[in-house]
Amino acid sequence: MAFKPIANTRSATGVSTGKLALYWLLCSEIVIFGGVLAGYLMHRLAHPEWAYQSMHTNTLAGGINTFVLLTSSLFAVLAHDAAEMKDGKKAAQWLLATVAGGGVFLCIKAVEWSNEIAHGYTITSSVFWSFYYTAAGVHASHVIGGCIVMLFIAKDAWQGKELHRVEFIGLYWHFVDIVWIFLFPLLYIAK
Amino acid sequence: MSENTAHHESHEYHSHAKQYVRIWGILLTLLIVSILGPMLEIPILTLITAFGIALVKASLVVKYFMHLDHEPKFIWYILSVSLAFMCLFFFAVAPDVKNHTGTNWTNIAAIAEIERGEAYGDPAAHHGDHGGEHGGEHGTPEEHGTENHGGAHEGGH
Repeated sequence: MAFKPIANTRSATGVSTGKLALYWLLCSEIVIFGGVLAGYLMHRLAHPEWAYQSMHTNTLAGGINTFVLLTSSLFAVLAHDAAEMKDGKKAAQWLLATVAGGGVFLCIKAVEWSNEIAHGYTITSSVFWSFYYTAAGVHASHVIGGCIVMLFIAKDAWQGKELHRVEFIGLYWHFVDIVWIFLFPLLYIAK
Repeated sequence: MSENTAHHESHEYHSHAKQYVRIWGILLTLLIVSILGPMLEIPILTLITAFGIALVKASLVVKYFMHLDHEPKFIWYILSVSLAFMCLFFFAVAPDVKNHTGTNWTNIAAIAEIERGEAYGDPAAHHGDHGGEHGGEHGTPEEHGTENHGGAHEGGH
């Protein structure tokens, strides 16, 4: 192995380079999700009839998914805790539990969307439903991406390698959780 | 410039698992309140319980799960600048999407959409099985002229 990553060994800012890169990613995510949420909010204020359309979203499914994501965030921070204790195997197990949480979230979302589409509420039905599917869809794609990366990190962590990455993927996961925390009241509660 | 790897490696780490579980419990309690609060159908209470609690939940995750308060100020700067520019762009530049009339213009499509949506969106008058014809905000004003029976002509968009 001729190449050693410098992600945790060099810094010009007081933050390790890998973590800094992760935070820059989160900065771009703030603009992406912030834009969707701000756009939604302004349209929602201008369109009182959205109240009728949002009545058809499934609050129970949204609530359960919020519970699942909050719980998976707990697993992610417990993985970080284990990594700090240099317990790679335990960290990997918590990461796998986090991935399982992401999987449950996606399954519930799939059932929810199938039901809505079966009732005719599709992405082209109205601007409300366009926002609904776009915001939740972009978020779900982040969940999928996070799960895939987490599996790679869990594999390394199991072997006790690159444990600092456990924290990085956890930070990303918490951000995805925070986005959902705001999407939930906007799409499911404000009716 | 470069001597900072994980600074916490230098001192011994103690598990915070119990604290994390406690925070998770608080988050779940807040989640339940945020679902039950709006059921009372008091607008101000909905606003506080749904969005106020979302802010509290997000700040708990930021503080206790992401440990952002232990990061150097540089991280705060880049995150808050992103947030500030995003807010500036949308809330300062784009809020005209909320206006449907101006001095020399009227957004006919948006107004027609509201009228159509309110006329046929009332679930009491119109129940769920109409499928895809729901909504359809994007029609031209002409398209909206004949609707009232639920905009069923609308699907072709």
